[in-house]
Amino acid sequence: MSLMSLTAVELGKRIQKKEVTAVDATREALAAIAAREDVVHSFVTVDGDRAMQRAKEVQERIASGELTSPLAGVPVAIKDNMCTKGLKTTCSSKILYNFIPTYTSEAVLQLERAGAIILGKTNMDEFAMGSTTETSAYGVTRNPWDTAHVPGGSSGGSCAAVAAEECSYALGSDTGGSIRQPSSFCGVTGIKPTYGTVSRYGLIAYGSSLDQIGPIAKDVTDCAAVLEAIAAHDPKDSTSMKREDTDFTQALVDDVKGMRIGIPNDYFGEGLDEDVRARVLDAAKALEEKGAVVEHFDLGLVKYAIPAYYVIACAEASSNLARFDGVKYGYRTEEYDGLHQMYKKSRSEGFGAEVKRRIMLGSFVLSSGYYDAYYLKALRVKALIKQAFDDAFAKYDVILGPAAPTTAPKLGESLSDPIQMYLGDIYTISVNLAGLPGISLPCGLDRNGLPVGLQLIGDCFQEKKIIRAAYVFEQTREYAHSKLAQEQNGGAS
Amino acid sequence: MANIISDETIEYVGILAKLELSDEEKEAAKKDMGDMLDYIDQLNELDTSQVEPMSHVFPVNNVFREDVVTNGDGSEDALANAPLSRDGGFEVPKTIV
Repeated sequence: MSLMSLTAVELGKRIQKKEVTAVDATREALAAIAAREDVVHSFVTVDGDRAMQRAKEVQERIASGELTSPLAGVPVAIKDNMCTKGLKTTCSSKILYNFIPTYTSEAVLQLERAGAIILGKTNMDEFAMGSTTETSAYGVTRNPWDTAHVPGGSSGGSCAAVAAEECSYALGSDTGGSIRQPSSFCGVTGIKPTYGTVSRYGLIAYGSSLDQIGPIAKDVTDCAAVLEAIAAHDPKDSTSMKREDTDFTQALVDDVKGMRIGIPNDYFGEGLDEDVRARVLDAAKALEEKGAVVEHFDLGLVKYAIPAYYVIACAEASSNLARFDGVKYGYRTEEYDGLHQMYKKSRSEGFGAEVKRRIMLGSFVLSSGYYDAYYLKALRVKALIKQAFDDAFAKYDVILGPAAPTTAPKLGESLSDPIQMYLGDIYTISVNLAGLPGISLPCGLDRNGLPVGLQLIGDCFQEKKIIRAAYVFEQTREYAHSKLAQEQNGGAS
Repeated sequence: MANIISDETIEYVGILAKLELSDEEKEAAKKDMGDMLDYIDQLNELDTSQVEPMSHVFPVNNVFREDVVTNGDGSEDALANAPLSRDGGFEVPKTIV
C-alpha cells in the first residue's frame, strides 16, 4: 500500500514515530503523480526536484525534534490561485502563463511553517470561474472515479489529486461552492470556513467578499487538522477575523446526542437526483440514530441565491481582474498601437470565454444607471438571505442537505448552457453569501458508482459543530475515500 | 421581461471592461448577458425597500495600523514579473505625444 493511501494525520504520525520519512512520502507522491497524471491531469505544475529538496530539509528538522506538527513532512497539493514564491502560479489562465510569485500566500506559509511539502499546483477553472474545471486554459482534469466525468470545480484539480492519491491532502478555495461541490463529485472531504477565518493574502482574488481558502482531504480528521494549521488572524488581510476557537481537532468527538439538525425542504425540490436524495436522507437518519434531533423546515429564498451571487461575484471580479493589464505581470500581446490597445488586446487574448463573460456582466451591473437596480439590489437580497440563515440557526445547530443536486456530469456537457451550470451550485452558493462554514463529505455512491456528497452548514464561527456532526456520521460507515481504496477493499464502499 | 442588449451597450461595456471582442464574441455576449439579466430580474420579486445593502457579513469597518514601513524596498520584486521594465520602472507604450 502506498503512503499516499494513508490520511494526512496517519502519515504524519508515522513520520513522527520515525517509521517512515518525509523523503519516502514525497517520493511516493511523485511516483503516484508520474503514474496517474496522463489520465487524471490534476496538476498544472509539479516541481519534483523542489519537493524532494524540501523533504530532505524538513526531515532533518523532524529528526532533530524541531518540527513536531502533525502535518510535518506530509505532501500537499495547492490550488493554482494561491501564490507560491518561486513556483509558477497561473490561476489556470493564459494571462498568468509565466507568473512566478515573489511571495507566498499566508495560508500556504502557515502550512510551510508546520513542515508541509508542496508537490505542485493544481488545475482549476480559470480564475475559479466554473463548476467543472473545464474552463482551465491548460486542459481538463478527469474524475478519478470515472474518467469520462468531470471532477467538479473550481477546485477540481485539488479534489481529483486527493481522490487519485497523488497527495495526502490539498488546499482549495470556495467562492460559491468551489471546495464543497468538487469534494462531493470526487468522494473526498472539504471545508469552506467562516469568512475571515483563513487569510486571503496571496489568494488571487475572484469575489473578495465571498472567497475563502479551505482544506480538501480524505476524511474529517484531516480537514480539522489542516484547518487548525491555516486558520489565523492576519493583519495583511483587512477582512481577517480574530478568533480564539481555532482548535478544530477538539471537535472530533463521536457524540451528537441532542444536536439539533434542520433539513431545508427547499433543498429537496425539483432538479435533485433521486440517488442523491436517498443517500443524503440516509445520512440524516444515521445521525438521528446517533441521538441528533432531526427536523424538516423551510429555509426560504433559496432560488434567489444564484442570481444575487452572480451579480455580486461578477461585480467584484470585474474590479479584481482589472489588475491584469499586461503591464505588471503575465501576458502582454505581441503587437499594439498605444497603451489602451495594449490593455485591450492583452486582456482579450489572455482571458478565456467564461472569464470575459463574467467581467462583462460585472462591468455592466456596476455601470452608471444600473448600479442601483442590479448591484445594490443583490446586496439587499444578500441581507435577506443572511437573515433567513439567522432565523434557521436560532432553531438548529446544523443544517443538513446535499452538496450538489447531482453526481459528476460527463465531460463536455456543462459549458454550453451557463445558467444550467450555475444552477448546479444552488445548495452551496448561499453559504458564501452569508459567510457561513460548510463541509462536504462522502455519503455513498449513485447507481453509476459515482460519489454523493453530504453538506453540513453551520452558523458563523460554528465550524466545530459541523466538524463534530461530520465526524460522527463518518464513524457510522466505512467509506472508501478514493477509487483506488475502493478497489483495494474489494469493491466495498 | 426580456432584456435586449444593444450593440451600443456591448461596445460601452467593452470599453469599461477593457476587452476587445470579435464580432462573433459580441453576438455571444449580447445573448449571454440578456439571458443572465432575465435570470437576475427574478430578484425583483422580492420587496427590499426596507432592507439595507449588505456589503460585508460582519460588522468590520476600516481596519487601520500604525503608519510605519514594515516591508522594506520591494522594487525588485515588484518588477520581477514585468513584461518590460527599464530604470526601475514598468515600461509601457508612449502615452504623451
